[in-house]
Amino acid sequence: MKIIAAHDHSALESGQKSIEIPNDADPRGLDLTGVDRIDLRFPKFTDGRAYSQAYLLRRRLGFAGDIRATGDVLIDQLVQMARSGFSSAVLREGVDASAAQRQFDRFAAFYQGDAVTPAPRFAREAA
Amino acid sequence: MYHYTDFDIQFVKQRAAQYRDQYERWKDGQLSDDEFRPLRLQNGWYVQRYAPMLRVAVPYGELSSTQVRVLATIAREYDRPDPALLAEAQATQDRIGDGPAPRLRSGFGHFSTRQNVQFNWIPLVHSADVMDLLARVNLHGIQTSGNCIRNITSDERAGIAVDEIADPRPYAEILRQWSTLHPEFAFLPRKFKIAITGALEDRAAIAWHDVGLHLVRNPAGEVGFKVLVGGGMGRTPVIATVIRPFLPWNQILNYLEAVVRVYNRWGRRDNLYKARIKILVKAEGQRYIDEVEAEYRDILAHDGAAHTIPQAELDRVAASFVPPTLNLRGTVSAEDADRQLRQAADADPRFNRWLARNVAPHRNPALRAVTLSFKRIGQAPGDATADQLDAAAALADRYSAGEVRVTHDQNLLLPWVAAADLHALYTEARAAGFASPNVHLLTDMIACPGGDYCALANARSIPVAAAITERYQDLDELDDLGEIDLHISGCINSCGHHHSGHIGILGVDKDGKEWYQVTLGGSDGSDLSGAPTPGKVVGPSFSAVEVPDVIEALLLTYRERRLSGEAFIDTLHRVGHEPFKQAAHAARHPAEATA
Repeated sequence: MKIIAAHDHSALESGQKSIEIPNDADPRGLDLTGVDRIDLRFPKFTDGRAYSQAYLLRRRLGFAGDIRATGDVLIDQLVQMARSGFSSAVLREGVDASAAQRQFDRFAAFYQGDAVTPAPRFAREAA
Repeated sequence: MYHYTDFDIQFVKQRAAQYRDQYERWKDGQLSDDEFRPLRLQNGWYVQRYAPMLRVAVPYGELSSTQVRVLATIAREYDRPDPALLAEAQATQDRIGDGPAPRLRSGFGHFSTRQNVQFNWIPLVHSADVMDLLARVNLHGIQTSGNCIRNITSDERAGIAVDEIADPRPYAEILRQWSTLHPEFAFLPRKFKIAITGALEDRAAIAWHDVGLHLVRNPAGEVGFKVLVGGGMGRTPVIATVIRPFLPWNQILNYLEAVVRVYNRWGRRDNLYKARIKILVKAEGQRYIDEVEAEYRDILAHDGAAHTIPQAELDRVAASFVPPTLNLRGTVSAEDADRQLRQAADADPRFNRWLARNVAPHRNPALRAVTLSFKRIGQAPGDATADQLDAAAALADRYSAGEVRVTHDQNLLLPWVAAADLHALYTEARAAGFASPNVHLLTDMIACPGGDYCALANARSIPVAAAITERYQDLDELDDLGEIDLHISGCINSCGHHHSGHIGILGVDKDGKEWYQVTLGGSDGSDLSGAPTPGKVVGPSFSAVEVPDVIEALLLTYRERRLSGEAFIDTLHRVGHEPFKQAAHAARHPAEATA
């Protein structure tokens, strides 16, 4: 998961084709041909729709490019973003990134499968 | 009980450490109040009327005596408000009514209708320490609040009921693990509650939940789930819709993933009061069901059905739920135990009454399920002091293989009591104050903490419960009135489940004063209560002093109208609401203006 400070984020990076998908859109209807990056915006950090959008893009549609979280992005949601399929996140203006990395080191593993590790723990244990 | 693996144990400890990290960043100003709030809520920390409230998760209601003792320690050592805060809170309460308000109490735990345990006075500065203490015995507050999948509730007689199709606890535990820190479903439109039962009778009010799961067998004898979605109380009471009459048991996680994903994408986020899944299911109807089915097919066809539960995993979890090895005083046969019980009951009418009310049959004929009643005069329904929690833990160790269950009705149940031990248990339970023979009777009422503690309440519940309890202390009278569900909520959020009470009482606020709406004919879905349904309002609301008189008038009407052997709810169904309404109105005090 690439964590990007607000001032380092640009809507367009040279040579990249990026799109932003509105929070209430169904990503399954879109043409993603040639798209390098998809921005999913959190209007409020408590609005969880983009987690399902990211999951569908990564797992259902097999999108291999960058899925970026923008908007009200805070430290304590980064792990679940990564697990839902986001590959980069732009921290909200003013958010201190110093506490971010230790959140990724906290839990040894999780019970359920996710966009990165599809198999739940019980299936991984059995394998 | 489920045996926690090293992974499970570490997970709870890591969660406690995560909470401490978040709490300290908030204290240092790195997290704003708004940013910290959802984090503490998803660990069970609310800030209530006067102090923080902690809700500890009790998965499907099961607790070990060791865990109960830690809850007692928390009640004793941490449920302690600063004296100045308590004095200020009491002064505020005293200004509500005409006279001094009942004394606010601290140093206790409270059993909730969702089988959890709550504390009302723990200062937030101790919150991280309390989480560490809980984690030592595998307890936590994970997802006991917030807009996420909440603690999963079940039948208090799970695994011991005589009418059981399949033990719901292994499935409940697998669901608990799946829903714990689910990355996609931590910020749903609104809270999400799942209840599961495996018995013929629904003792878990499953149709009142966001998802209700009923274990059933198909004609081939295979186990599966009847899946209900979209039930709920609150402002808009809705009975859940059956969206799958039979789902193979091993598909439940895949299927719920579809149910919750469609809700996460489609549920309303513009209006708090329209954000529950019940509103979505009501608004979209078949379109919602079709979308869930399409999503489920995609999970199977495109995502690889990763959460299909292997038989080996069900077996691994189920192995934790084998009946405990009991020292059954080997020589006493079930027949001898029954004979001895009958003799003891003949000799002691009080014991006989307790046997009839508080003791339920068990799958094992040598055993019984015993309810310890936490409904008695002088204490709010479901409240237990530190000493009472310790006493309950001791009874569980001595008589129930060290296990208790928190019941939906806010009592404790001992699930593994030998019939031969009943008289000894009764004697000790009486000494501890847990032997009120009132299970399922009028005074075994459900009540929320209400306006004494809760920030949302419009009116107090506890004084109303106390007034009714005081009026109905005659055991013969209570027995004669028979089984009645009386449910009291201090506001429309319905934590006291007034919608499902045969008699429901709802606190409302009119011009800054406490008023109460009375409803009739609600059902939680139990055999006695009939098909689940919300009660109907009898008319304009009543003042607090009128409420006990209204209840008395309703009960008098029942006595006058009933046929022999007929329960309150049956008489109500047979004669209709009108005579009860008239009696309720006639009980209004002449001087009181109606609101």
